[in-house]
Amino acid sequence: MNKTMYTGAEILLKSLLKEGVEEVFGYPGGVVLPLYDALYMQNDIKHYLVRHEQAAVHAAEGYARVSGKPGVAIVTSGPGACNTITGLANAYYDGTPLVLITGQVNSKLIGGDAFQEADVVGITRSCCKYNYLVKDVKDLARIIKEAFYIATTGKKGPIVVDIPVDIFNAKYTFNYPKNIELPGYNPTYKGHPLQINRALETIYESKRPVIISGGGVVGANASKELTEFAKKLQIPVVHTLMGTGTYPDNLENSLGMMGMHGNYCANLAISNADVIFAVGTRFSDRITGCLKKFARDAQVIHIDIDPCSISKNVKASIPIVGDIKNVLNAMLSEVNKSRYKVDTELREKWYKDINEWKKKVAIPVKASEKLSALTVLNTIYNYTKKDEPVVSTEVGQHQMWTAQNFKFNAPRKLITSGGLGTMGFGFPAAMGASVANKNEYILNIAGDGSIQMNIQELMTCVDYKFHVINCVINNGYLGMVRQWQEKIYNKHYSQTKISSPDFVKLAESYGALGIRVEKEEDIIPALKKAIEYKGPSIIDFVCENFEMVYPWVLAGEPIDKVLLSRKDS
Amino acid sequence: MPINHTISVLVTNEMGVLSRIVDLFSGRGYNIESLTVAPTVDDIYSRVTIVTPGDNDAIEQICKQLNRLIPVIKVANLSIGEAIEYEIGLLKVAVQDENRAEFMNIVAQAGAKIMDVAEKTYTVKIDGTEKDVQTFVELVRPFGIKEFVRSGKVAITKNNQFQTFKKQKENPLKISLKG
Repeated sequence: MNKTMYTGAEILLKSLLKEGVEEVFGYPGGVVLPLYDALYMQNDIKHYLVRHEQAAVHAAEGYARVSGKPGVAIVTSGPGACNTITGLANAYYDGTPLVLITGQVNSKLIGGDAFQEADVVGITRSCCKYNYLVKDVKDLARIIKEAFYIATTGKKGPIVVDIPVDIFNAKYTFNYPKNIELPGYNPTYKGHPLQINRALETIYESKRPVIISGGGVVGANASKELTEFAKKLQIPVVHTLMGTGTYPDNLENSLGMMGMHGNYCANLAISNADVIFAVGTRFSDRITGCLKKFARDAQVIHIDIDPCSISKNVKASIPIVGDIKNVLNAMLSEVNKSRYKVDTELREKWYKDINEWKKKVAIPVKASEKLSALTVLNTIYNYTKKDEPVVSTEVGQHQMWTAQNFKFNAPRKLITSGGLGTMGFGFPAAMGASVANKNEYILNIAGDGSIQMNIQELMTCVDYKFHVINCVINNGYLGMVRQWQEKIYNKHYSQTKISSPDFVKLAESYGALGIRVEKEEDIIPALKKAIEYKGPSIIDFVCENFEMVYPWVLAGEPIDKVLLSRKDS
Repeated sequence: MPINHTISVLVTNEMGVLSRIVDLFSGRGYNIESLTVAPTVDDIYSRVTIVTPGDNDAIEQICKQLNRLIPVIKVANLSIGEAIEYEIGLLKVAVQDENRAEFMNIVAQAGAKIMDVAEKTYTVKIDGTEKDVQTFVELVRPFGIKEFVRSGKVAITKNNQFQTFKKQKENPLKISLKG
């Protein structure tokens, strides 16, 4: 037993090191002063100072999504902690492992309305996987151990550890626990063998099977297994927004994204399938459309680590609770025993239908002399694809255009806010991605509305020379909301016309690179310059105002009712 | 049709665990008809008994969501299978000289117990199933019920198939490393 005494702050840092944490994002304040003092005294953990606590959590999420390791953020009590709520909710929805350390007022003052006091455990309860208030320094190391364990197992998610200032100052020995005792927390990892066999039989007997690959496949690092399974059984694969890259887009039986702005062929394949093999998806309303009419003829086989996701929205006829990688490996070993055989004739018939649907795509219409967002994004994609950069996005039209037009052949390449749909997520997430991928540039595709939600982080990027290239699709509107207003609210553009600063001057005033692009021929030179610059930049693409995202399924409609242009209704 | 289900939840007895359960119900739009909480034989655990209305799908989802909470060790829907259900009602009833005999008769018949006698009111205790309590309330309602306090339901399975908590043999961390 180690008998040396350490302060709570030192115990926390030592625990973080035991968990392999080397980089944290944060913002100091009154009650975390002892922790920041301990940070000052050491060199093992690097702290990135952001400009807003929300950005610290988003950056930690970006880091976690790219690296696969849990992200860590540190903020102070009261306002600092309250500012993290959006970040926590975002990570909770998208299943990203995070540990957030929040300072708290002196434990003797809790409940007495002290300066910068907030009931953080109460406020964050519904937007994180679990939270702790540390009441005794003796519990600190155990709690940090548990926090990382819970964050990174089961359906991953954010954990909040609220630490009062007197706990940071209190002294105790440091012995990092080896074991964890959480009798109420036992995620199921192994799928039930009978269910697995039933699932395989159903898939082999099916005439028109489709795989839906969701964000859970990223979380379980199972895209290799999923790809092998789909290839072996010759099953077409669609992915959700969160499942982007889990099945390589360049393979022939990839049908791309499904859902509200998904490909026509993907939505039609789902609607006409007789067996849907859903892997790691929550069946959000953005992919199911009208629930009653969703995949009416299909039997649903559903693998998820989270039992709550199964039969929540879409009833599963064969539920399999377990770790996706484990379950798919178990299925693959059954497949390799070759007890079954794929009926190639039936498959060919199915692919013939699919190939017909593949022909139906949205045709972009050139509306004005201004740049088309689609042209800009396609040019960016084609110019950068050789580097396979990590791409983050904000939320809105540009996000959907990116998801539709960029091709991803690996997971953890598209970092986007799927469940919560947080504007202002992409830029700080790109900073986190930049910390995880130090020698590569990160593309943040943004809109003129969403980039302004966390624009202050430009200073953070300049300080640390993050190579984040912000491509702002500047169309003068909150485009996605405007699109709905055009179609559903009689073109009443209520509060969606949005002005922006001069992004070039703004970038320059922060010490970043700013470029404006108004002509097609300037897109590539601007990109080239930003890539060579090795620091943060904003490229302001001045685009056509009224471009629409197609394909589009209106909210509440069945997903096979796909609009492909303004003419469709 | 939503009918009432009795859900028994075994939890670790830690700060905030009840808030987590109540937040889950309010956050997801489920109702709580009644709720009781008390420590078990081993006071590091508590038993929460919740009566909630819902159809089978909703109840299944509630049980899954409860199971997902980290301090929750076990969840059982006691409406499935045989269970003994019990609750207590305390009533303050206005009783006059002229109907005292009739009141005492009802109390005796129903197996209720007089807990306190005051100038104008009798305080009585009735226990039994939800229906026993409800029937007694209806019987004494004509006298004038001044106050009524109800415990909420507690329940236990008839056989010994569930409800005791066994410490797991395997360390969960080891399981995760295998996976």
